[in-house]
Amino acid sequence: MDWMYHLSDWLQLLTAGHEPWDSYARYLPQLLEGAWVTLKLVVLSGIAGILLAIPLALLRVSKNPWLWVLPYCYIFFFRGTPLLVQIFLVYYGLSQFESIRNSGWLWDQVLSQPYWCAIITFSLHTAAYIAELFRGAIQSVPRGEVEAAMALGLSKAKQYRKIILPRAFGMILPAYGNEVILMLKGSALASTITLLDLMGATRNVISRTYMNLEFFLLAGVMYLVIAAVIIGLFRLLENFFNAHQRATHLPVKQLDAQLQDEHLRDNAR
Amino acid sequence: MQVFKKTLISLALVTSAALVSTSALADRIRIATEGAYAPFNYIDNTGALQGFDVDIAKALCAQMKAECDIVAQDWDGIIPGLRARRYDAIIASMSITPERQRVVAFTDPYYSNVLAFIGPKGTEMKTDAASLRGKTLGAQRATIAGQYLQDNLGRNVTVRLYDTQDNAYLDLAAGRLDGMVSDKFPAYDWLQTEAGSRFEFKGEDIDIDDKIGIAVRQNDNALRERFNKALKEIVDNGVYAEINARYFPFSIR
Repeated sequence: MDWMYHLSDWLQLLTAGHEPWDSYARYLPQLLEGAWVTLKLVVLSGIAGILLAIPLALLRVSKNPWLWVLPYCYIFFFRGTPLLVQIFLVYYGLSQFESIRNSGWLWDQVLSQPYWCAIITFSLHTAAYIAELFRGAIQSVPRGEVEAAMALGLSKAKQYRKIILPRAFGMILPAYGNEVILMLKGSALASTITLLDLMGATRNVISRTYMNLEFFLLAGVMYLVIAAVIIGLFRLLENFFNAHQRATHLPVKQLDAQLQDEHLRDNAR
Repeated sequence: MQVFKKTLISLALVTSAALVSTSALADRIRIATEGAYAPFNYIDNTGALQGFDVDIAKALCAQMKAECDIVAQDWDGIIPGLRARRYDAIIASMSITPERQRVVAFTDPYYSNVLAFIGPKGTEMKTDAASLRGKTLGAQRATIAGQYLQDNLGRNVTVRLYDTQDNAYLDLAAGRLDGMVSDKFPAYDWLQTEAGSRFEFKGEDIDIDDKIGIAVRQNDNALRERFNKALKEIVDNGVYAEINARYFPFSIR
């Protein structure tokens, strides 16, 4: 049993040699601080991403080429290039331009800070994906519901605000949750621009302790916990926004007599 | 049949004699370097290995009257390759550390690494902890410079750690860093470039007692002694100083 040897090697590494519990206790605060930074990155860019995605998606479904071409290119670029390239372009790329370095507040408070560079990149990146989700959802809102809204005499704007967007939001929720979890894992790239997120803190600790296995495992567990929290949160959101999907069908016999009749009549047809 | 057998035997004898003589006579030493640490070892436009380490290796071989093959090997695998006998020595700016001494043997040091502060030209920058308070300093992660920065100044300054030295240079040039701590000699090389020309060394060098040696296999005492002898000779006869001057206007020994 090969894997059992490996397992025992691992356990030995975990428990023997360099008093790992000491190191865990000593460096855990750094990792927790890193986890907090990661959480902030994901929540902020998740919210900014969806706010940015709505107008993008609305422009994207337009039939007017002048309206959809720019969002189309934006989405194409951000979905088609690696996140690492994007974060390097924003962090190391923009700083190459004299004019940006002399832009005063924009440089001093925002673009010179790795934290804001990461938030900007992640928001732009995730917005592209969410916009595509939204576009698909808007286009698959049942035709009948849109026609009903038209029949009620709602204006185009009202149709979107009252019917189409809320329906689309419910539809994208599971996929949006997925996207946030992908972003959580993508956020580890923030460590490449000196940010001490969970990954950055872990790598720093490892460069001091040489305990690769232990601290990467610990970081992995922390990412899992954050992911579990996000999954749970989205389950709650889904229950709230897609309550209609939870409604259980009562057996016919328990229905009110008149409804039973209607039901039978419908089925007979 | 008899004749055939005799021929075979003599043929075998001749070949084995030839084999023995080539390994005994031609004194070939295979030396590995990294090829990614300018100006100490790097690969030039034509694909050839160049740099201070390479020149030292060639000078040592000439001094020992040995024939040398110098090969490039990634840093991660450079010690395992030595132990697997893929080459006989490592001349790649390797620091002599107790961890490494457990698996390989080192010659006498052939240069000393020191750390230095780098900051923008034309600014007053004192490098004691009190004067640096509140500043942002960078270094490469998992290097001696990075450790020094965290351990000695971590309480006073904001420390930014980079994946590569080049990224740290980029941020220094972009003005995100007030200064950097780095191995002095590679940094000297960067200061000569266009991007680095706006920066200079600040304050005193930081001597961290970091000695650079040639690594050989632990049981290869003969080769270690030959290197030590040759190293002493090229220092005495001025060849070392001449190579040093090719790269740095100051002594790095």
